[in-house]
Amino acid sequence: MQMIKCPWCGPREEVEYHYGGQAHVAYPAEPAALSDEEWAHYLFFRDNTRGLFAERWVHTAGCRRWFNAVRDTVTYRFHATYRPDEPRPVTA
Amino acid sequence: MADTLVPLQRTHPLDARPSLTEATVGAVRVVDVSAQVQVRAAVPGPAADALAQVIGAPLPTRPGTWTPTPAGGRIVWLGPDEWLVVDPSAPSWDLEARLRAAAAPHGGAALDVSGQRVVLSLSGEHARDLLAAGCAVDTHPSVFRRGAAAQTLLGQAGVILLALSDDGTDYELFVRSSFARYLADWLADAATEHRTA
Repeated sequence: MQMIKCPWCGPREEVEYHYGGQAHVAYPAEPAALSDEEWAHYLFFRDNTRGLFAERWVHTAGCRRWFNAVRDTVTYRFHATYRPDEPRPVTA
Repeated sequence: MADTLVPLQRTHPLDARPSLTEATVGAVRVVDVSAQVQVRAAVPGPAADALAQVIGAPLPTRPGTWTPTPAGGRIVWLGPDEWLVVDPSAPSWDLEARLRAAAAPHGGAALDVSGQRVVLSLSGEHARDLLAAGCAVDTHPSVFRRGAAAQTLLGQAGVILLALSDDGTDYELFVRSSFARYLADWLADAATEHRTA
């Protein structure tokens, strides 16, 4: 089974984690000023990247913390994991 | 009216089970822990300092560790702002009240979770073999020695695993009360192959 490295707990089995969708989706600065269409885009529209993709994951069975990961959607290989307050690392 | 009520009897999830210690040839036994209190505080910060003062030891900040307390208990790291304070003898309501009184004014929190988890002791030469049957965490003494703690899955049940010795023969397991029967049966099954008779 693939091991995923939690930024706090270290490498753990994949079954301990849950997926949380695309990372770095910023909350609108002025939500009230958004049109319905813009709001729908913020809520539901996500990239469908082929290749490296920054995502949110949560270590459910461990420290129960959310973190971000850069994963290759083609190979399922994890290139980096980092805490939510850290910037996306440069990955090849 | 109140004196006509029958006082609640404290029960243990493993009371009705045939002896776990017997079934695992002495490797597993149930540990009586009086109080478990979950605390939240930002570190560094005044709430964490206040909690440390009540416990008598600083909260461990390194992920995946536990530290002993002067009262013979443990402080287990559960998250960057979350710990489990275990005390073998203090009444849980009293420990909760003291920790809450110290932390609450500074934005911290303390909650009595004594009924949430059952504590099992896992010791002897086969302790690591039993763990290896259903846990992916590397428990080799070179990386998982006294002071190490892991929240992980054992036989698919969520557990907190503490290493008590440096030679990999003494562990403590915290498991949710509702999973205790299952994990006890699982451990008994995992121990079958190590029985000599």
